[in-house]
Amino acid sequence: MSAILPLRLEDVSFAAGGRFIIERVSLALEAGSSTIILGANGAGKSVLMRLMHGLLAPTSGRVAWSGEGARRRQAMVFQRPVMLRRSACANVVYALKVAGVPVAQRERLATAALEEVGLRQVAQRPARVLSGGEQQRLALARAWALNPEILFLDEPTANLDPGATREIETIIKAFDAAGTKIVMSTHSLGQARRLGDEVIFLHQGRVAERSPIERFFPQPASPEAAAFVNGELPWA
Amino acid sequence: MGLAAAAIVGFITVASTTSTEQSGLFKHLLPIFERKTGIQVRVVALGTGQALEMGKRGDADVVFVHAKALEEKFVAEGYGVKRIEVMYNDFVLVGPKSDPAKVGGGRDIVAALQKIKAVQAPFASRGDKSGTHFAELQLWKAAGIDIAQDKGPWYRDTGSGMGPTLNIASGMNSYALTDRGTWLSFKNRGDLVISVDGDQRLFNQYGVILVNPAKHPHVKQDMGQAFVDWIVSPEGQSAISAYKIGGEQLFFPNFKGD
Amino acid sequence: MLDAVLSGLRLVATLDLRLWEIVGLSLAVSLSAVALATLLGLPLGAAIAVGRFPGRQAVIVVLNALMGLPPVVVGLFIYLLLSRAGPLGELGLLFTPQAMVIAQTVLVLPIIAALARQSVEDAWREYEEQLRSLGVQGWGGALTVLWDIRFSLLTAVLAGLGRASAEVGAVMIVGGNIDGVTRVMTTTIALETSKGDLPLALGLGIVLIAIVLALNAGAHLIKEAAQRRYG
Repeated sequence: MSAILPLRLEDVSFAAGGRFIIERVSLALEAGSSTIILGANGAGKSVLMRLMHGLLAPTSGRVAWSGEGARRRQAMVFQRPVMLRRSACANVVYALKVAGVPVAQRERLATAALEEVGLRQVAQRPARVLSGGEQQRLALARAWALNPEILFLDEPTANLDPGATREIETIIKAFDAAGTKIVMSTHSLGQARRLGDEVIFLHQGRVAERSPIERFFPQPASPEAAAFVNGELPWA
Repeated sequence: MGLAAAAIVGFITVASTTSTEQSGLFKHLLPIFERKTGIQVRVVALGTGQALEMGKRGDADVVFVHAKALEEKFVAEGYGVKRIEVMYNDFVLVGPKSDPAKVGGGRDIVAALQKIKAVQAPFASRGDKSGTHFAELQLWKAAGIDIAQDKGPWYRDTGSGMGPTLNIASGMNSYALTDRGTWLSFKNRGDLVISVDGDQRLFNQYGVILVNPAKHPHVKQDMGQAFVDWIVSPEGQSAISAYKIGGEQLFFPNFKGD
Repeated sequence: MLDAVLSGLRLVATLDLRLWEIVGLSLAVSLSAVALATLLGLPLGAAIAVGRFPGRQAVIVVLNALMGLPPVVVGLFIYLLLSRAGPLGELGLLFTPQAMVIAQTVLVLPIIAALARQSVEDAWREYEEQLRSLGVQGWGGALTVLWDIRFSLLTAVLAGLGRASAEVGAVMIVGGNIDGVTRVMTTTIALETSKGDLPLALGLGIVLIAIVLALNAGAHLIKEAAQRRYG
């Protein structure tokens, strides 16, 4: 059903500043399940996601998609949303333009995406004057309009209050329900349990454990993950 | 007056000196020529050295300066067609009212310079290879003084035009050699007055030269020649003598015909 | 000094067509030069900011250094180019307002390009990941960022305008300060000062400063309005 998944990482390493941030990671991401990437600060979650999304090139190893056109079939939402100095709607339209969507369809698709995330009312407001939560929803609308097969999210609610966080989680579930593969990093164990089907636990650049959600909580198999879940490993 | 002005047919570039332009002569002279011929004259006012250099490069059609030796060299080297004497004005020695070298009211420039050097009174020189600068150097020579060797801190080389040099002379209360025209229109005199004038050796001859079209084919030969012809014509020559500042004539036409 | 200023202003207030011709020419020359330099300099600065090529650091250092080009040196250089004895003499551009625009464009281009490069590079740090995630390639990203930060680029443009309207060395040499043809405010001030007519020079100087101040105030208001509108 998916054109580009599974995504395979084959012995991928990433080194910077003289040390390995990601070391010899091999895994495959299948369509269907939501994958949560968990780990202490500095474990390499952000770098791993950027390697998958193609923002970083691996120092060694291969990142292999299963089909053509992976570039256009994925999207990413960052911890801090980056918006152009235009209206909310114009930001979504811009993304559609870059994706090569014909002019005639852009406005319509953008409006639908804004509707989906509940931002229809503020479509014409300058994106940068929206609140943090609204801007993050706008980032999701932008991704929604692109109809991606896989959506990467790098700690999307780290800077948001609980109310805004709930709104974001609702939208992520909508993506999942629509068939988009979710790959998300988070600090919050509660969020992982609410949104994830499986967990990849990173420790010092390596995959220490990979388990389905029910297996990982309440007690993970690996000692590193166990220490993390029990609150003893905030930093790698 | 009363004749309709000729339609503009083009323009020529005349390289001349700052002192000539600042005297206001061109403002008086050129409109008469332009009205009669329709030729707009664009004057680029530089030092004599620079003006001749412009002629050598072909950036001017006519050169109108006051340094006979340099002009003759210019023609001899093939850059100019012919040097024609047009008019003369005179230089004056200005100095502080307090007159430390006691030269005021004199008619002998050479004696005055000797006295200035003797008491080491401050003297501001243009030092910029201009016609005025060359005239000054000739006068020191005539006074038997090798100024390059014998100058001291009392002799200030400003390296600038007549106006700035007078500004400096005024500011420092020093003597300076200037053309009468610039002096008459100079508004920042401070304590300076005319100390010495009227000496034959202070007369300053102007020459006009058409830049050689053989060297620079693009030179506007016809229009340039028209200007040269006009300025030595009776009409041009009387226009020159008609120019006065405060009732005083500045330039004395002396074209002799040939 | 105060009377010089007052008599200067009085002279200027009663002055005629000639003065306004000079002011008009000054604005035409400097604004044209800044417009050209902006057209060329903004994309150039953005390209250097976003591009990755060998020698990039050297290019940045040289570009920054060129901001300090002495106007009189630029004037001399352009004069040698445009002189009949020079390579572009055929064009007959020497001692025309066009030559003055060329000289000032050369003078101002590094300023606008270097400042734009810095602004775009700073903004690129913020935008790069998101734009690349959306699939934006190289130059498209540079132009998007350039347009997005357009109001803060006004500062670079104003810096260029300040330089152009204040300089006298370049326009004096390539223009020749010809009465009625290439005489602008700065060369007139230089001329009147050298003639010892200080009140007039001062008066013109005040007009020049007033004009530049007005342009800066206008730009500031535009920036403020944009900030309020776009965030």
